[in-house]
Amino acid sequence: MWKWFHQLASPPHFYRIAPIFSALLLVPGLALIAYGVYAGLFLAPMDYQQGDAFRIIYIHVPSAYLSMMAYMIMAVAGGIGLIWRMKLAHAVAASAAPLGAWFTFLALATGSIWGRPMWGTWWEWADPRMMSELILLFFYFGYMALRAAIDDTAKADKAAAVLALVGVVNVIIVHYSVEWWSSLHQGQTIMAKDGPAMDPAMLYPLLANILGFTLLFGSLLLRRTRTEVLYRERRTRWVKEMILAPEGQS
Amino acid sequence: MTDHGRQMPGMLAGLIAVARRDLLLAWKRPGDVLNPLFFFAMVCTLFPLAVGPSAEQLTFSGPGVLWVAALLAMLISLNSLFISDFDDGSLEQLLVSPQPLPLVGLGKTAAHWLTSGLPLVLVSPIVAITYRMPGDVVLVLMLTLTLGTISLSLLGSIGAALTVGLHRGTALLSLLILPLSMPVLIIGANTVSLAAGNETYSAGIWALAAYAVGTLSLAPYATAAALRISNE
Repeated sequence: MWKWFHQLASPPHFYRIAPIFSALLLVPGLALIAYGVYAGLFLAPMDYQQGDAFRIIYIHVPSAYLSMMAYMIMAVAGGIGLIWRMKLAHAVAASAAPLGAWFTFLALATGSIWGRPMWGTWWEWADPRMMSELILLFFYFGYMALRAAIDDTAKADKAAAVLALVGVVNVIIVHYSVEWWSSLHQGQTIMAKDGPAMDPAMLYPLLANILGFTLLFGSLLLRRTRTEVLYRERRTRWVKEMILAPEGQS
Repeated sequence: MTDHGRQMPGMLAGLIAVARRDLLLAWKRPGDVLNPLFFFAMVCTLFPLAVGPSAEQLTFSGPGVLWVAALLAMLISLNSLFISDFDDGSLEQLLVSPQPLPLVGLGKTAAHWLTSGLPLVLVSPIVAITYRMPGDVVLVLMLTLTLGTISLSLLGSIGAALTVGLHRGTALLSLLILPLSMPVLIIGANTVSLAAGNETYSAGIWALAAYAVGTLSLAPYATAAALRISNE
């Protein structure tokens, strides 16, 4: 088990096997998303309250879930890199940040589009979930800005890992404080918290999309990390040998 | 006497020495302490000019404006927390000293709070009165600002330690610290608003106190880790 783990952490080995795993995740991921999007848009019944507008949840919910998932991956990978000095973990953290930021942006954008017909406004300040997501997006920006500002990669990795770990504690506090704050302001949220259980015809496409998005994210993360590894190891011998090797031999 | 038995200053003595040195430096350069205060007063002046001077408007927006202005004033003072020590090399001396680094950072942060947070707390009543805040609400404001600025100094020390020695430090520091400081702002400003509206506000005070204790226990370690990374 540990041998396998150490092997995985070796950059050349990871560089070789990442495309295989990436493809293994990508194919079922795309298939699930194709089913989820089709079933969500055409097969699922209309919501009796929200009409067709509810269908945006098939993008919104998976994005929102992944925005937080990506942050956790970023922080945990940063922690692993900091504690066990595993270079690959830092590459994973660096690759997860832009992906997470994009999913956060997607969640905010779809939420805002959804809010237009539901709340009558593009942006509802009093909704705690939108506020938490927005602050999460700022966290991602800060994280990426810190990385970009430090030229030395090893230093940037560690500094970013410290920031991500501090951020994890804070993201949770932000979430609760925003919830407390919005309860003072009586938001116009019309979405019932414990609404009627979802019809299976509505639920299954959503579950398919959540799983599909997660697989897609994993696949993209592996691809990004692979590129990141190649860039970081650009001065090492194995990269030079691989690039100089004639086509088909690497 | 052997080298081993040489009297080393204790941990507390080290902390106090670091804090005292920073306080002395601040005393010699009063501008560094006063400028954030002027900034605070000016930001508070901007709002009535922008949103109108009606008494109703001022009472309504007062707690929020004062808190945002205090947060921004803390932010601009944070930049100088480690930078002069980094420039003249004394930060490296502190890093190699046998004193535990979290306590050294805590000493510097304590001095920072005494020269930025505490003056803000003391000046805030003057500004609050111009915003027509009643006396008992002013006391709540001072209490929330006291607890809140402690957390802000400690959180800020993490950001300052992470960005020390970077050229584009100032804007980056704001980008790192503002999301972290949002809970303090939310709880602080809304507690004062609740007090102004004659509602129970003690929960907010407890939450701020808990946050201050939490950051006091954890932030020095993050600051120390960040200082080591920045000075590699």
